[in-house]
Amino acid sequence: MFGLKSDPSTELPERYFSLEDYEGGVARWCPGCGDLGVLTAVQRICRAEQLPPEKVVCVSGIGCSSRFPHYVGTYGFHGLHGRPLPVACGIKSRRPDLTVWVATGDGDCCSIGAGHWIHALRYNMDMVVMLFDNSVYGLTKKQTSPTTPQGMSTNTHPSGAWLPPLDPLTAMLGMTNVSFLAQTVDWNPAHLHATLAAAYRHKGLGFVRILQRCPTYSAGVFEDLQRDPSRLLMLTGPRGIQVEPAIANMFPNKREHDPSDLGTARAICEAHDPVPIGLLFQDESRPCYDAFTNHGLGMPTADKVAALEKELDRFTV
Amino acid sequence: MVGNVSDAPAPAETSSVVRLQEHIIEIVSDSGEGAQKAGQAYGAISAKMGNGVWTVEIIPAEIKPPARSRAGASGIRVRVGAREITNMGDEADLVLALNEQVLYGRIEQGAYKPGTVVLLESKWAHDGLAEVREAYAKAVAEFRALGLDVRELPLEQACLEVTPDPRVGKNMFVLGMLCRLCNRDMQRARDEVSFMFKRKGDEVVARNVALVEAGYEFAKHNLDMEFEIPPAPRDHQVVVMNGNQAAGLGIMASGMEMVAMYPITPATSVSHYLAGAFQKVGGCVHQAEDEIAAVGFAIGASYAGKTACTITSGPGLALKTEFLALAVMAEVPLVVVLVQRGGPSTGLPTKVEQGDLLAVLYGQPGDAPKIVLAASTIEECFHMMVTARKLAEAFRTPVIVLTDANLATGVQPFRRPEVHAEWMAAPLDQSPWDPEITAYDWNETTGLSPRPIPGQRGGQYVLTGLAHTRFAKVAYDPHANQTGCDMRSRKLAALASTLKPPQVNGEPEGELLVVGWGSTRGAIEEAVDRVRADGHQVSSLHLRFLSPMEPGLAEIFARFEKVMTIEINYSDAADAPLVGTSGQRRLAQLATLLRAQTLVDIDSWSNVFGQPLQPGPIHDEIVRRLQHGGDACSA
Repeated sequence: MFGLKSDPSTELPERYFSLEDYEGGVARWCPGCGDLGVLTAVQRICRAEQLPPEKVVCVSGIGCSSRFPHYVGTYGFHGLHGRPLPVACGIKSRRPDLTVWVATGDGDCCSIGAGHWIHALRYNMDMVVMLFDNSVYGLTKKQTSPTTPQGMSTNTHPSGAWLPPLDPLTAMLGMTNVSFLAQTVDWNPAHLHATLAAAYRHKGLGFVRILQRCPTYSAGVFEDLQRDPSRLLMLTGPRGIQVEPAIANMFPNKREHDPSDLGTARAICEAHDPVPIGLLFQDESRPCYDAFTNHGLGMPTADKVAALEKELDRFTV
Repeated sequence: MVGNVSDAPAPAETSSVVRLQEHIIEIVSDSGEGAQKAGQAYGAISAKMGNGVWTVEIIPAEIKPPARSRAGASGIRVRVGAREITNMGDEADLVLALNEQVLYGRIEQGAYKPGTVVLLESKWAHDGLAEVREAYAKAVAEFRALGLDVRELPLEQACLEVTPDPRVGKNMFVLGMLCRLCNRDMQRARDEVSFMFKRKGDEVVARNVALVEAGYEFAKHNLDMEFEIPPAPRDHQVVVMNGNQAAGLGIMASGMEMVAMYPITPATSVSHYLAGAFQKVGGCVHQAEDEIAAVGFAIGASYAGKTACTITSGPGLALKTEFLALAVMAEVPLVVVLVQRGGPSTGLPTKVEQGDLLAVLYGQPGDAPKIVLAASTIEECFHMMVTARKLAEAFRTPVIVLTDANLATGVQPFRRPEVHAEWMAAPLDQSPWDPEITAYDWNETTGLSPRPIPGQRGGQYVLTGLAHTRFAKVAYDPHANQTGCDMRSRKLAALASTLKPPQVNGEPEGELLVVGWGSTRGAIEEAVDRVRADGHQVSSLHLRFLSPMEPGLAEIFARFEKVMTIEINYSDAADAPLVGTSGQRRLAQLATLLRAQTLVDIDSWSNVFGQPLQPGPIHDEIVRRLQHGGDACSA
């Protein structure tokens, strides 16, 4: 009417979601726990993307960080220790319409769930996996985790962890069909947010390792990195994680990195010092298992019955 | 009768046809000689002619065991009858063997009896190696000493007249011989062979049809026997398949769209079948990285509203334990097909056992009530999948369907199912959720509650394996856990209240009631019928629901002087050393359960030979029990 192609007011979304819509129960993590920042980042991304809360599922295993779904106002699946990834993949297998966030810890993902970790990366189903790596078992009270630094005293290795820690980044850069790998730190909310948002936008499995402080059991592990930002290597570049210049300026040590360059990504990770943050590797052309598992979705019942009758013909004598 | 035609061709065209009510053949050979293919074709031809048929494969543990080895016997048994055939029967009547060594294992397993006719490839008598010739001669002498009616036949030599390479054609020659000996319809045989080789082209079809015809002529001229097994009257269409195919088709008929599995014998062939067929109904088979991931993946799909299935066997079940308990605790619908094999541990991968019943029921720490069904026929392997999906959703719980290696590989004709659209899962419900209804809005009487599906606006909840309240919140007070356990347990009582008492096979009262479950039904009922024909008051009862159990069991048992179970799992012999005096005799698994459930003094007879139970030994054991006043005896 009035010569207008459409009434702009009708384009207003039917529902607008605020942060409150993504809030669940009151978080019961320790004061100062790095998980709180991650929770906020995910809630903000959901709001920025205006994801209907009922279309989001947070999946987790067992451990401190795996309480994550309880604090989000979406659907959630707080399952078994080490096993969030098979569940998350199962959800996506027949529900491509759902957004899946996986919260897993260093014990959950890299120890008891290591088998699923390798294969979920290869399946490359469309989801975000957040590895909350605080280098220690928290919920069971300070046991050595696969990423505990050598020499750190724990209740299972009071004289210090015997072996050098497993490096999840170099491990994952060696895994077939990895399509998105980034690292960030919980104490820089802007970089954390930008990294998780990039993982969300990625088509395929976006894996983000978050160096996450545990004030109770591994308080000192990331202290050096916090005190001296030059110990971190910020990866920059047009295809990398984009942050405001004011944020970028907090990291004196920078390096331009092309995330399609797997060899350089490996070299950066293998150096261990400085610790890289940003997007290490991305390749959206890698096959996604969803494309296979989603086959036949929505086939009408009548067609199924007809196909089944035809199949029974094959066995009829 | 002609004992040996290899040297003296015998004019045997004048044999008269012997009419039989049933007949058991076996074809045994080295692995890879096509015995199973020939036997399956023979079974299919017989089913098409209207006969009752039961086919069971003889499978060596190795893929390619050494040739002419005793443990390497590969083959097939086909029992054909003038009525419905429900089990493998007792000793074989006729055996076709492509070498003599493979017969030893079968003889050890009691597969043959004095008088069983053995048609034996005679080429080994002229083998280039002296040790082969000697082994052959020794075996033939030994078999004859056992009373087997061994006929030595130059099968390969006869095949050479039709095909240049008898190694890939002898099985069809054998099929032709069987068609002559058992009076099978040759046109159906030609059609069957044409169908089997259709994809390989006309030339292959023609050569194999020629081999079947040559076998037919060979038997006609060289063997003085001919049987006829009249067809069973049948007024409906039948399908012929094994139990794993039936389970696969049942999964398709249930409307489930996702099967997540990890390869494990003898369950894997369900997914082999589905890998080709499932896509036709819009389904997908996920081969997971391990057994745990397979069940986790299925639970994920189920949680998201697409009730899924996982298929496994004993060792896989052990690995799935924790996820099964999660599905119970968090009330996620799930269907588990458990194709049982011999255990514990890796056990007897290709052999039959009913050893997982208690593990399924009680294998999880804490109280984990779930629905457990057991298929007793191949037909039930199909229909139970439809039932299982519906129960899983209605009762918001895992449903485990027990089958076993006997059903998995047994082939039987059964009434073609009439597929109903109502069997299929309803389309995904994405309507808004009433926010007044909690995530676990338990009915205090039934324990049942409606389930929000992700995508339903207002239904957001966090599923957790922690003890939780009806709001799905982690429970911090002791009453919440008690309530949760009560509610999950009440679901079983609610289901039980809808079930009818099981039907007794035979009279409702008598001297002895034999109780069974799973694949032993055909053999038990056949044995009980025989004992009744002997004049004894014996009946049998077969249980399909093992959790919850069907009602009225104690009342049924009370009408019999004695009750015993017959099962394929371990139990102590009553007279075993120390067992009799220690008061520690361990009974078979169903007997243990039934005693707890009914307080009836139920005995058991079971073994773990890894073989399907046969009606003969069951008959003999029942008679022995009746004669000895029912004292518990050894298996």
